[in-house]
Amino acid sequence: MSEELAKVLKAAGLDVLSCMQCGTCTGSCPSGRHTGLNTRRILRDARKNRTAILSEDALWLCTTCYTCQERCPRDIPITDALLELRRLAVKEGFMLPEHRQISEMVMECGHAVPLDEETKRKREELGLDPIPETVQKYPEALKEVRDLLKSCKFDELTAKK
Amino acid sequence: MEKLSLFLGCIVPNRYPGIEKATKLCLQKLDIDASDLPGASCCPAPGVFKSFDKATWLALASRNIILSEKLGRDILTVCNGCYGSLADANLELKKDPELRACTNRCLKEIGMEFRGTAKVRHIIEFLYKELGPQKLGEYITTPLDLKVALHYGCHLIKPSRDRKLGETDAPVFFDELVEATGAKSIDYTDKMMCCGAGGGVRSAHAAESLEMLEHKLACIRQAGVDCIVNACPFCHLQFDRGQLAVNEKFGTDYSIPVLHYSQLLGLALGFSPYELGIEQNAVQNIEFLAKIYEINAGLR
Repeated sequence: MSEELAKVLKAAGLDVLSCMQCGTCTGSCPSGRHTGLNTRRILRDARKNRTAILSEDALWLCTTCYTCQERCPRDIPITDALLELRRLAVKEGFMLPEHRQISEMVMECGHAVPLDEETKRKREELGLDPIPETVQKYPEALKEVRDLLKSCKFDELTAKK
Repeated sequence: MEKLSLFLGCIVPNRYPGIEKATKLCLQKLDIDASDLPGASCCPAPGVFKSFDKATWLALASRNIILSEKLGRDILTVCNGCYGSLADANLELKKDPELRACTNRCLKEIGMEFRGTAKVRHIIEFLYKELGPQKLGEYITTPLDLKVALHYGCHLIKPSRDRKLGETDAPVFFDELVEATGAKSIDYTDKMMCCGAGGGVRSAHAAESLEMLEHKLACIRQAGVDCIVNACPFCHLQFDRGQLAVNEKFGTDYSIPVLHYSQLLGLALGFSPYELGIEQNAVQNIEFLAKIYEINAGLR
């Protein structure tokens, strides 16, 4: 496992020696002002191969705004690295129920936010077709999306563990 | 000018169809050739899919790009999330042959192949680069006497390494497009701060997401503006519906109207708030609507 974490970090361009723990990332983080997200600490734990961070909620408090990455004086792609850590966490079976639900929604109807009756009415009010020109209107397109997700084994990834 | 296909994503057609209508009206008025993109799906949402599995994210994103490739058109998005997802995927697949081969193996299951012939555009960078504020100004029939708090949103300009739209602490290109409508873009504290919705935070950590939003709203209110303008329906949803949730949670009384840039531009091109779906927002601000109708009728 620790070997894999190191590999992931390397792939994300996160050089374990280049982070000098200056805290610019944490000081710039809009989420960190209000939540328990401490980017500097995640980087420290990651470089020390502390795999416990993969099961921490903090990973999922990042809005991926990229401010830390833009400001890092060592040019570490911090947000990209955090996304890599998230993917590794998911592989390990960590997934928040709300995110699982969104995934299931896309598998079901091709959209993360599906059409509802209220919006159909609003569309008609505006003179738009109540059903938009998306996957929702074309069953063969929806089948494509579902088949594609299946070919990526996404259903297995998001299946309850 | 390049031919485009309009990529709707999820929130525009399924929650804020006013943005879809406004975009179509503006593109028509500006003589920009943008077709529908039938059969397009979720981009997919970067906060969830890109955070889950790279192969799935690339496969779903590339399918949407291929639909546009087949039409011989570039993709036009009106959402920072869709832009981030599709532009990042397009870039990665174009520069990494191994990743592309891997994605094409998945795509083969549905008889598709990524060729890398289409560009991914965001309406803001498209209007700025292809038309520019000055030329855009020539189309304006109803100059807007409005003070605007502009919210760029994160993925329009970041990561700057890939977006190449200049520096990200105090950009001005979007402000120039806002001011081309006659409106004034008012500076405010933490203008470049995130709205708090992205990265799957709004869905899984609603309370924390609203705390970030409340901070933004407090800064915006202090600036004394008529409305918030954004370039992303997810930020739009956060500011609009989120505002009511903030009021409930914090006992505040925010009532700041929220417009997507296509709706602001639509007003300046002479369309009414009704036609642009502005009245369908969760935030109902009668004073603002009255002001707009006065501007619309040439009374201001």
